[in-house]
Amino acid sequence: MNILKSRETILGIAILVLLAIIASRFPAFIRPQNLANVFTDTSPLILLALGQMVVILTKCIDLSVAANLALCGMIAALMDGAGVPVPVIVLAVIALGAALGAVNGLLVWTLGIPSIVVTLGTMTIFRGTIFLLTDGAWINAHQMSDAFKALPRTLILGLPIMAWIAIAVIIAFAFLLSRTALGRAFYAVGGNPHAAVYTGISVGRTQFWAFVFAGALAGLTGYLWVARYAVAYVDIAGGFELDVVAACVIGGIAIAGGAGTVAGCVMGALFLGIIKNALPVVGISPFWQMAISGSAILIAIAFNARSNRAPGRIILKQAEHRS
Amino acid sequence: MSILKKALTTAALATALIAGSAHAQDGEKMRIALVAKALGIGFFEAANKGAEEAAAELGDVEIIYTGPTDTTAEGQIEVINSLIAQKVDAIAISANDTDALVPTLKKAMQRGITVISWDSGVAPEGRAMQLNPSSAPLIGNTIIKLAADHLPEGGDVAVLSATTTSTNQNTWIEEMNKVKGDYPNINVVATVYGDDLADKSYREAQGLMQSYPDLKAIIAPTSVGIVAAAQAVTDAGKVGQVNVTGLGLPSEMAGHVKSGASQSFAIWNPIDLGYSATMIAYHLAKGDATAEPGATIAIGRMGEVTLDDNTEAAMADPFTYDASNIDEFSSVF
Repeated sequence: MNILKSRETILGIAILVLLAIIASRFPAFIRPQNLANVFTDTSPLILLALGQMVVILTKCIDLSVAANLALCGMIAALMDGAGVPVPVIVLAVIALGAALGAVNGLLVWTLGIPSIVVTLGTMTIFRGTIFLLTDGAWINAHQMSDAFKALPRTLILGLPIMAWIAIAVIIAFAFLLSRTALGRAFYAVGGNPHAAVYTGISVGRTQFWAFVFAGALAGLTGYLWVARYAVAYVDIAGGFELDVVAACVIGGIAIAGGAGTVAGCVMGALFLGIIKNALPVVGISPFWQMAISGSAILIAIAFNARSNRAPGRIILKQAEHRS
Repeated sequence: MSILKKALTTAALATALIAGSAHAQDGEKMRIALVAKALGIGFFEAANKGAEEAAAELGDVEIIYTGPTDTTAEGQIEVINSLIAQKVDAIAISANDTDALVPTLKKAMQRGITVISWDSGVAPEGRAMQLNPSSAPLIGNTIIKLAADHLPEGGDVAVLSATTTSTNQNTWIEEMNKVKGDYPNINVVATVYGDDLADKSYREAQGLMQSYPDLKAIIAPTSVGIVAAAQAVTDAGKVGQVNVTGLGLPSEMAGHVKSGASQSFAIWNPIDLGYSATMIAYHLAKGDATAEPGATIAIGRMGEVTLDDNTEAAMADPFTYDASNIDEFSSVF
């Protein structure tokens, strides 16, 4: 627990240093209002990263989250076009996202196919489905109802609903992972699958639920994304799954499963979100921006790998003492 | 019906058909086939509208608007073969493939049919000339003019492009920078890249408004960028202060033009394009113009075009869309 704690402290310090560097070039960036905007802008990444985190905890990976987001977002926009009230749309896309996640989960659980292969396949299928639904046409701002576009932006106590949703999900996940049997099972399955089986935990079923959670969050984010950017088309959030995995890895979620915290995951997402939001205003050549984002990820991962390296396992402690 | 009788009827029918087509060929109406990438696409339906307008103006022209049901080269080859069989006088095609259509179109030209391509071109050996909707210098000038038109006192403007490696956008921005001197009050302060991703373009637009508080316009020569920038301006409450312009599609921009986030933007006008393609096909088929480098061809109300070394021609400046005409075009494409 100490190591985990210190890793998050280090990440927290890294975020503060990052903010300090940005502030030295563009002081307005650290105004509270702007920081709130950055948090709101990072909310989709936080939501997806939390979903991805439980999947990674169980030794799986979900590459289909961004495609799931795009499909659910498009269906949300289509439902809005058909006059469905917004609360119904939100519930429907969460259910749909969960169902799409369940497809991934079932394939992994019942057929035992590696998750990277399953989700690589469903990723393409989901994107293809959007094309089939729309023939590649866009749904644009004027085709969406005002209520549909307004929900994520509505301010409550100075923060948009989108940010409040992220906060609520962060709290729910912190509770889920630390206080429920299922939450502990996620860690057990990833940490030591064989031991998990002996304690009566079904590895496949646990992985299935992880995919369902990731899918449901992707569905919800799909609506938020489309409503925020007021446009839906096949390629929205293209390549976003890689940002999501990067946020998890930066946040110290062990890619081999079994270790990681909600706080780390959220900070990993915020770290990436701050970089994404700061690069346009600090006046760095766009040709350098990609290299800078990439280096930040590599440095964070290298750091994690160092602190994460397992010390050699001592099997016979007594023998070692004697020798 | 006996076999003989059947054969006779067929022969008679065939004779009548041949006679019919022969009549059409040297008769009063010239038949020009406008071939779309696929039927049912608003852009091409609009081009057909322009072609019909040209036909009405010319008087002795009949337009055959056709195309495959999906955007494939195979489908267009079938369509062209049937047009050859119908002995049309001219084919004006927007190609689904630069090279795949060449053999079929060559066959058509050998049969004396005038072949031109428009919008999406065919390789030079498969057509007499290619009509481009516009050209890089015209587009470069248009995008800065769009910003300048709504800034009589001048001010800071910024460019929001696609990726750093997009050939089209880079060429247009380069051309824009060449003519910057013609707009002395317009100060281009930055070029940023949204990678044609809605979220990145949105953030870049937000960044521009933060970095340059006096920003008066964002020029986005990309359809993803212009929509994202307009949304970012709306969300920042800067409608009326920052004008978003550039290249976009009327159907995608309609909401942002109505909200005032975008005063105007540009893209080719499919009606003008269909009109001009028909005019060119008519003059070439009639023989009162030739398709050779340096030649000039009259295109009715659109003026005239001059062919370059690749026998390609640029029709006109991109067409400007604003609150006055957005409704008419947003249902078209």
